[in-house]
Amino acid sequence: MSLSRRHFLRTSAVLGAVVSVPSTLRTNEPVSAPAPGLPPLDRAPNGVREYELTIAETSLRLDGRSARATTINGSVPGPILRFREGEQAVIRVHNTLSEDTSIHWHGIILPPEMDGVPGLSFPGIRPGETFEYRFAVNQAGTYWYHSHSGLQEQLGHYGALIIEPAERRGPAYDREHVLLLSDWTFENPYRVLSRLKKQPDAYNYQRRTVADFFRDVGRDGFAATVSDRWMWAGMRMNPTDIADVTGATYSYLLNGQVAEAPWIGQFAPGERVLLRVINAAAGSYFDVRVPGVPMTVMQVSGQPVEPIETDEFRIAIAETYDVIVQIPDDRAYAVYAEAMDRSGFTAAALAPRHGMVAQLPPRRKRPLLTMADMGMDHSAMGGMDGMDHAEMGHEMPAEPSAMATDDEHAGHDMGAMESASALRAPGTLPPETPHGTDAHGVGNAMVPMSTKSRLDEPGAGLGDDGRRVLLYSQLRSAAPYPEFRAPTREIEIHLTGNMERFTWAIDGVPYDQAAPIEFTFGERIRLTMVNDTMMNHPMHLHGMWMELENGQGDRSPRIHTINVKPAERVSLLVNADAPGRWAFHCHVLYHMEVGMFREVRVSAPTGHEGHHDAA
Amino acid sequence: MPRRHRVSLGARALLTALALATAGSSAAAQARDSVSHQGTHGMGWGRETFVLTEVLEYAPAGAERPVLFDVIAWTGGASRRLWFKADGSAATVERATHGEYQLLYGRMLSPWWDVQVGARADLRAAPGANASRAGAVIGLQGLAPGWFEMEPSLFVTTEGNLSFDLTASYDLFLTQRLVLQPRLESTFALKDDEAFGVGRGLSSTSFGLRTRFEIRREFAPYVGVVWERGYGRSAELARLAGESAGETLIVAGLRLWR
Repeated sequence: MSLSRRHFLRTSAVLGAVVSVPSTLRTNEPVSAPAPGLPPLDRAPNGVREYELTIAETSLRLDGRSARATTINGSVPGPILRFREGEQAVIRVHNTLSEDTSIHWHGIILPPEMDGVPGLSFPGIRPGETFEYRFAVNQAGTYWYHSHSGLQEQLGHYGALIIEPAERRGPAYDREHVLLLSDWTFENPYRVLSRLKKQPDAYNYQRRTVADFFRDVGRDGFAATVSDRWMWAGMRMNPTDIADVTGATYSYLLNGQVAEAPWIGQFAPGERVLLRVINAAAGSYFDVRVPGVPMTVMQVSGQPVEPIETDEFRIAIAETYDVIVQIPDDRAYAVYAEAMDRSGFTAAALAPRHGMVAQLPPRRKRPLLTMADMGMDHSAMGGMDGMDHAEMGHEMPAEPSAMATDDEHAGHDMGAMESASALRAPGTLPPETPHGTDAHGVGNAMVPMSTKSRLDEPGAGLGDDGRRVLLYSQLRSAAPYPEFRAPTREIEIHLTGNMERFTWAIDGVPYDQAAPIEFTFGERIRLTMVNDTMMNHPMHLHGMWMELENGQGDRSPRIHTINVKPAERVSLLVNADAPGRWAFHCHVLYHMEVGMFREVRVSAPTGHEGHHDAA
Repeated sequence: MPRRHRVSLGARALLTALALATAGSSAAAQARDSVSHQGTHGMGWGRETFVLTEVLEYAPAGAERPVLFDVIAWTGGASRRLWFKADGSAATVERATHGEYQLLYGRMLSPWWDVQVGARADLRAAPGANASRAGAVIGLQGLAPGWFEMEPSLFVTTEGNLSFDLTASYDLFLTQRLVLQPRLESTFALKDDEAFGVGRGLSSTSFGLRTRFEIRREFAPYVGVVWERGYGRSAELARLAGESAGETLIVAGLRLWR
């Protein structure tokens, strides 16, 4: 046995439960030593911090195999970019690819021409060209950056962006680690998308089978099981449709490594360790916990919140969470991140030293969607028996009966202009609302009977095993925002789609056929999103914060990305204070690619030339 | 002679159909390439080309030891597609083939249904018994409540013969990769068409039970049993031609898509 093999076996035993599978022993896999954590950030000369980033197609090893990735400075993920609040960022991006590229700074408030969205902010970075990003860093917290070109993000084009506050504030921590979650496939991402369009459940290997049917008959009885199956089949919906792309093709990565050869972060017993968790995946939500150790949530979307202790949190695609863990004992722990559909997981280890063994928890069963995910009459959900389920399935207007005309959309797209006095108080939850008559076009698969706030629900597959799960409704901004004003206008948009054709859109209209959403400078918009699909959609607005109206009044948390659950109605307040053209989209890469995307145009302040006038 | 003339017409229609389908697929490939290089998100659905060989099988114990096929292909976007369909058989004991070929334009009618209109050519080649017929088709293709794949269509030939075809199938997941597929094909005709062995009324049904194993989703070998049966006037025509009115076939094949 060579030295390197012995070295590998010893270190990989940190996650013994996984390594016991013989097929995962790869002697040529380089094993990283425990990372000590981020060092203190030096002072930038003249307050200007510069980075050189090279985008390249690189051969490297991922999940023990040789991979062709689109890398930033040669690695997946790219380098951790660090700044201090108040600095000037100068980032030169060199494109050595044979196609255009771009970098978007996710969650950063900056001028529109620096936002990195080809076609909106700038033309993109051509092959062989260099683009210099320059912007003032006026915020602190955990963010990330990624390509906004095609499907490059699926190929490894992402990294962490960490900003230190101008002066240390908030509770102290002794050490900090960045934990960047992502997903990798050895397939061409365009092939993945093509497969999804031709057979949308191509990656679902967790369907209900004949054996499940008989098990359910044994448990629930024949009539109830048949009516349950008929309810779903009658609507042509699949309750196991939790993720489009699954562990069938994905290798789930944490800091670029898989659980079989994990990334290892060091800690000393008793230390307060800050974990900056980023979900940079293209198509995967994760449920994150440190089994045996409670976590204290400190920041969400880079913004400080009142500390909340929890056992587990769901991180939607593109979200960022900071948690503090304090481990008293001298042993290794796993940071365990299970894909939402339970088709796989990734893990890292927190260990005081080399060579310690962390236990992985048992895997959990894949969740099923429920009637609440279809927007069944929520109040009537109480004591229904099996037969009632079936009847409700028929009543649900799952198939729009009439073709919607473009005129109907135009009216709906922009929402109803209402006087400020008609809008409910800021920071309050939207009421349960029956769906209107617009079925969002001939191709839209579903219109929920009614939609309501689901911010107090943990989400599919969580909250039923005794663990505390972080809820959006718990989040309170650490400090009230100085101007927590009432909204002046409400815009309601509907997230729509058809999983059988893999068409995803907003208000039934894909991006290439849609007009921009217009904000007038100075407005305070209530952006209400209604999810008319059975999938979760992580919606991200560029250029402006969204204040999540979660019932916490002027402590409504400020976020860059919101997960909208199936059949959920959620509202966010946006100050239209950033003139220009901005992207607003679902952060499931494949949903965005097929059209779940809009331009948001903020008009120029009166008396100024607008950024978008040139367009 | 008129019959021979129609053969060449049918063959030309088939060639045109194949040429269009090929052109469509290369155009779709170009469209995909341009999307992937343009580098902007949220373009919309784009174009795809899908080819599904639902049936490609051999029945070694059948009287003609036939190779049976049923291929469906489309190219286009989410709401408008050009379709090509081929369904038929080829005997291996003699040079005899029978095929139905369709070139259709389809539009999305609802989330789960497309309506299709176009041309169909039926070609039959056997020693001393070549035949062809052609005509127009209108049909539906989609998913009925309960996850039933359905393909009802109306076919009117240039001679005014009207028939109704229905194909229906269902995928029953025994495990995540082992799939049992019952599949029914039936024809109902308003008039006899002796050259094609089609009799008035419920003419024929073919009911298959195939069990496939999806090694990949796109690649699934299968075994199955197919009950083919002619009825009434069709059965009579078969007996007159010295054939049996029904046959039970054990089949082995491959289901493929890309």
